[in-house]
Amino acid sequence: MAYDKFNVLTSTVVPLSEENVDTDQIIPARFLKATERKGFGDNLFRDWRYDSEGNPKKDFVLNDPTYSGKILLAGKNFGSGSSREHAVWAIYDYGFRCVVSSFFADIFKNNCLNIGVLPVTVTPAFAEEMFQEVEKNPKTEVKVDIDAQTITILSTGNSESFDINSYKKENMKNGFDDIDYLLNIQEEIITFAEKT
Amino acid sequence: MMEKKTLFDKIWDAHVVKSIPKGPDVFFIDKHFIHEVTSPVAFLNLEKRGIGVMFPERTIATPDHNVPTIDQEKTIKDELSRMQVEKLRQNCKNHGIELHDLGTDHHGIVHVIGPELGVTQPGMTIVCGDSHTSTHGAFGTIAFGIGTSEVEMVLATQCIMQAKAKKMRITVDGELGKGVTSKDIILYIISKISASGGTGYFIEYAGSAIRNLSMEARMTICNMSIEMGARGGLIAPDETTFEYLKGKRYSPKGEEWDKAVAHWRTLKTDEGATFDLEYHYDAADIEPMITYGTNPGMGIKVKDQIPTTDGMDVNTKKSYLKSLQYMGFNPGDSMRGKKIDYVFVGSCTNGRIEDIRSVAEFVKGKRKADNITAWIVPGSREVEKKAIEEGLVAILEEAGFKLRQPGCSACLAMNDDKIPSGKYAVSTSNRNFEGRQGPGSRTLLASPLTVAAVAIKGEVTDPRELFEESPVEI
Ligand code: SF4
Repeated sequence: MAYDKFNVLTSTVVPLSEENVDTDQIIPARFLKATERKGFGDNLFRDWRYDSEGNPKKDFVLNDPTYSGKILLAGKNFGSGSSREHAVWAIYDYGFRCVVSSFFADIFKNNCLNIGVLPVTVTPAFAEEMFQEVEKNPKTEVKVDIDAQTITILSTGNSESFDINSYKKENMKNGFDDIDYLLNIQEEIITFAEKT
Repeated sequence: MMEKKTLFDKIWDAHVVKSIPKGPDVFFIDKHFIHEVTSPVAFLNLEKRGIGVMFPERTIATPDHNVPTIDQEKTIKDELSRMQVEKLRQNCKNHGIELHDLGTDHHGIVHVIGPELGVTQPGMTIVCGDSHTSTHGAFGTIAFGIGTSEVEMVLATQCIMQAKAKKMRITVDGELGKGVTSKDIILYIISKISASGGTGYFIEYAGSAIRNLSMEARMTICNMSIEMGARGGLIAPDETTFEYLKGKRYSPKGEEWDKAVAHWRTLKTDEGATFDLEYHYDAADIEPMITYGTNPGMGIKVKDQIPTTDGMDVNTKKSYLKSLQYMGFNPGDSMRGKKIDYVFVGSCTNGRIEDIRSVAEFVKGKRKADNITAWIVPGSREVEKKAIEEGLVAILEEAGFKLRQPGCSACLAMNDDKIPSGKYAVSTSNRNFEGRQGPGSRTLLASPLTVAAVAIKGEVTDPRELFEESPVEI
């Protein structure tokens, strides 16, 4: 479904340096029972965020008031495992609009682009610099410009460009999803289907 | 000269409705599987848009992820699970979609019933809102998992929009040793390539060791392609494939069958076609495997020690130690002899009849260790039926295993089949993530044979050690 348009995002950053974070951690399976897309943000990183009694775990970054913002900075191989789009719904509903990592799992990245969370792949060195800057000063802001395809650490001025295919870019900028496009070419699809 | 194509190219190219310049392909989907967890929001969105399902006959449904495995014939107690299953029923009814409901002859895990029904056929494109859709690649299909937005796209238009993946070939030649199974092959490969080494690729598995595998064993391999980050994996169809499909409910019949087989024989990688990346392994190097950490790449031979942190960079070391801490293990520990509390035989990786046969054959006349709770969960009703008819269930119950009804069960613990916090389970499933089998649970992945050996010994055991005690033919 339609989502907020994405153009330029300037925000502080929430750092999560763990590697190989799978979607079972982003949202555990037992929270997938909804039949509507509602309330997933509350269970984002549920078992890292809360203990078994439901008390917030102090050492987890989402419970640390020092860090906030619309950009989640993640360790490498983020979003592996299950294809559950619920993981991205949880990230979006929590308030993130952009996830930065040096390496994303495939299906996760696709799911992000389909619902309006921008996945930005940076070099390991740039990710490391972001982690360091944010640790030094949690108020460090980062600017993500989808049109220019650049990500900039405002404190150091260091910048890197990132990849996004031009079709997905237009979608993100306009808040469109693929179904709008596919419905427009229905006739072509039906003709194709008849041949198979 | 004709362009040399890989099997993946042949199937992909035949399903592109159109290519968007500098964008993805509009990719046509032959068959679509749905289950109760990832489909309700897709149907809801269709309603909001006021549109229907374009080709309902191309979608097949079954409830598997959250269903109970005890008293399936009664109303589901958990309210949210019941609502998801009821929504699935309602959506199928409203849109004319074939449903294999609880208690019916072909109910089961979506990736087990597709092949059993003969829905899965060579050359097809298959998707499902589930990452282990890659299982169907064993038949020479392009099959992969999608998100709920894409489920909605397929329902609405039978297409998704994706860029073509890069191509990898993994060749395993030679003969497997005694007690070494296809699960060990794939755990071995993932331990070499890592949990992310396949990202961006579609994998073709080839070589004599793969060719010699049954369809069930091939499915185990393709199933876990996603565990190295690959979009999917496939194996060229051959006589083994045709033999398996012959006479299945949806397989072509009569003349149609001959025509189909003639076409299926063309589905292989051309001599000289190129891949973006190739790996070669020797089957003789593969031994029974087990995982010790919290991603499927953290696997070693059962007889080996957990790797130390020598040579790891800071972040990798941090994540590695966190993972071992969760598991309650130390670098350098030997895996053999680790005490285990549960064994789980089931899932779309190893919940098929062949898996249950191998466990039953192994435990026949033996008894599980007292400290072990042993669950067997067939992948489908058909598997359950065969297991009973062949006397396997009797053997397993005699050995102290508990049989449950078909479903995903403890593979992801959405129902009541949960491994308690802190307890160890050796499982035939595919994921050892933190909390995957229940909050705080600790999972070790292994083959059905290794799981059977663990059940008997009560601790991590190389199945070959037990062959010496009482030789069985595997
Ligand atoms: S058995 Fe496990 S991996 Fe397979 S579909 Fe069910 S939950 Fe997913």
